[in-house]
Amino acid sequence: MSKKYIDIKKIKKRILLEKIAKALIVLFVAVIPSIPIWLMYLGLIAQAFSSKVTLGIIPNGFTLKNWRFLWSTIQMGLKKYPNIWPITINSLYLALGTALLVTFVAGLAGYALSRMEFRGRTKMMEFILALHAFPSIVLLIALFVLLNKLGLYGRGFITLTGVMITKAALEAPMGAWIMKGFFDNVPWDIEWAALVDGCNRLTAWRKVILPLVLPGFAAVAVFAFLAGWAEFIMAFTFIREDRWWPLSVMIYHVIGEYKFVDWGFLAALSLFYALPTIIFFVFSQKLLLRIYVGGVKG
Amino acid sequence: MVSVKLDKVSKYFGKVKAVDDVTLYIRDGEFVTLLGPSGCGKTTTLLMIAGIYKPTKGRIYFDDIDVTDIPPKDRNVGMVFQSYALYPHMTVYNNIAFPLKLKKLPKNEIDKKVREVAKLLKIDHLLDRKPSQLSGGQQQRVALARALVKEPDVLLLDEPLSNLDALLRVYMRAELKRLQKTLGITAIYVTHDQIEALSMSDRIVVMNNGRIQQTGTPDEIYSKPSNTFVASFIGTPPMNLIPCRVIDGKTLECLGFKYVFKDEIAEKILNEHKEVYFGIRPEDIVITNKDNGDAEATILVVEPIGKDLVITIQLEEEHTIKILAPPSINLKPGDKIYLKFKKEKIHLFDKKTGQRIEYIIKKGEE
Ligand SMILES: Nc1ncnc2c1ncn2[C@@H]1O[C@H](COP(=O)(O)OP(=O)(O)O)[C@@H](O)[C@H]1O
Ligand SMILES: [Mg+2]
Repeated sequence: MSKKYIDIKKIKKRILLEKIAKALIVLFVAVIPSIPIWLMYLGLIAQAFSSKVTLGIIPNGFTLKNWRFLWSTIQMGLKKYPNIWPITINSLYLALGTALLVTFVAGLAGYALSRMEFRGRTKMMEFILALHAFPSIVLLIALFVLLNKLGLYGRGFITLTGVMITKAALEAPMGAWIMKGFFDNVPWDIEWAALVDGCNRLTAWRKVILPLVLPGFAAVAVFAFLAGWAEFIMAFTFIREDRWWPLSVMIYHVIGEYKFVDWGFLAALSLFYALPTIIFFVFSQKLLLRIYVGGVKG
Repeated sequence: MVSVKLDKVSKYFGKVKAVDDVTLYIRDGEFVTLLGPSGCGKTTTLLMIAGIYKPTKGRIYFDDIDVTDIPPKDRNVGMVFQSYALYPHMTVYNNIAFPLKLKKLPKNEIDKKVREVAKLLKIDHLLDRKPSQLSGGQQQRVALARALVKEPDVLLLDEPLSNLDALLRVYMRAELKRLQKTLGITAIYVTHDQIEALSMSDRIVVMNNGRIQQTGTPDEIYSKPSNTFVASFIGTPPMNLIPCRVIDGKTLECLGFKYVFKDEIAEKILNEHKEVYFGIRPEDIVITNKDNGDAEATILVVEPIGKDLVITIQLEEEHTIKILAPPSINLKPGDKIYLKFKKEKIHLFDKKTGQRIEYIIKKGEE
């Protein structure tokens, strides 16, 4: 045997150094860059609930005056804004509709891409990824022409529905891709076991596969909902009547149309708009983590 | 319970012939094992019997009914998958109850049957757990319970013991066999482990490259392998195959020794072959003295395997064979020894086709 032995002190020192290095990396990569973001959120909250704010984030005097849009119609100068609740319902309609459509299409397409052998399957998957690379702004002109030809431009509710369908079409490919991953994680053996146990293909799907990919459906639905909720450019371009605006377009108009901006009102409205996103992330954090960690756990 | 018949069944995946022209009859209540190396088509055969895969060619019968086009759910088979394939989102109880719920049995009847089969397999204390909270052995029992609870006509088992540790495996072999006999169920068992096959089966079907090599009782497979593949697949260690030239009907010139048959019938048959393999099992070779020896050899390695020693010896050049010897023998690598082959245990195979050469040794020879 050689006289080498383990130097505990040295190892302890190295572990300590590694720990410090890791902490520094986290500080520079994650903590410092997010400070401005946190400051902005704090500022937003401060603005929304106080009558006067100094230095951007120090609140002064609690008030709910900025939230008066929740119970009364807002008027600024000559401009009268539509009531907030129908607008919120428009946004909900847009987001829920998108979520529903995307989940439905992505579920079927993901299953087919994962489980069925057909010609051009690989090509199709590449194409789907390519599709997702297009931002909707690229399609704006073509869509405008299309909607105009179909007589759907500026037609209120119908146009809003059109925006929803278009949004869903843009989100569905990525959803299908995510769902494919989840279906891939369900072993054939389990599906076969269900068939041997007395299922047909449909009941096997419903009773065995669906429960196993449910987290995937939830994730796709959440992402699609948030995408629909955040949709702005198409709604802004195609919807003319303010009665059919979603929230995003209303916020734009509150900022955009007057030199004079009521910051408190804007902050409150923005916070209101961000609410679903915040709620979703609080409740789906575990779910989202599980998805990135590796799909279904047996 | 039913008998199962495979009539010229083939399954191709594109160009891969996973199962090629398999004809097989399994009697009612029989325990038949499909034995072969990994990738030889065992699982594919099982999945065709279950109805998951449709044969590319050929028909499958349960008793006299052609089930080839009948979906799995209407075949009343129970299957244990190699991965066990338990439903991870259901408790053990619901896993076992699943086939009965699909049959829409009344709740109290389901409950009775689940508890019965759970008791039979000694998993009644695990019914509330999820599969992920079970050990491999427990998962295997749950999978078996799920397959048995619907009282299937045929039980299909795909390498059910391969994920268990050695001790549990030996215990479960006996347990499975006992269960199958008490239930009187027709069982088709898949394994790549020849010891498992030899110890459990009524009959063994040896497969290679999608084709059946030999069908027979464990004894037949062991003592009369029908070709070199079977000979070299069965036995621990497997049969030694020594290439030989036929000089005249009586004499074989083998690597390292000459062997003379004193038998006329052997002579007649041997004359039809030019080159053969001389097959002899390790336990059918005895170490002897120079005068009695059929061949001379040098010891390379001595390995104790518990009760016996496995001795690797060199006949000539690179050709080595293995023999079994009692541990009392005091030998070391480099020693020269003389070997005697038990005459009635010599197998001959044609070198080109690999097929067994059947010959009879007259009693009272020598
Ligand atoms: N779904 C499939 N698609 C293509 N080839 C397959 C498929 N299933 C099995 N095979 C091929 O068929 C052969 C037999 O496979 P299998 O029946 O699983 O073997 P075993 O169970 O004996 O190990 C293998 O060569 C395997 O690669
Ligand atoms: Mg297999």
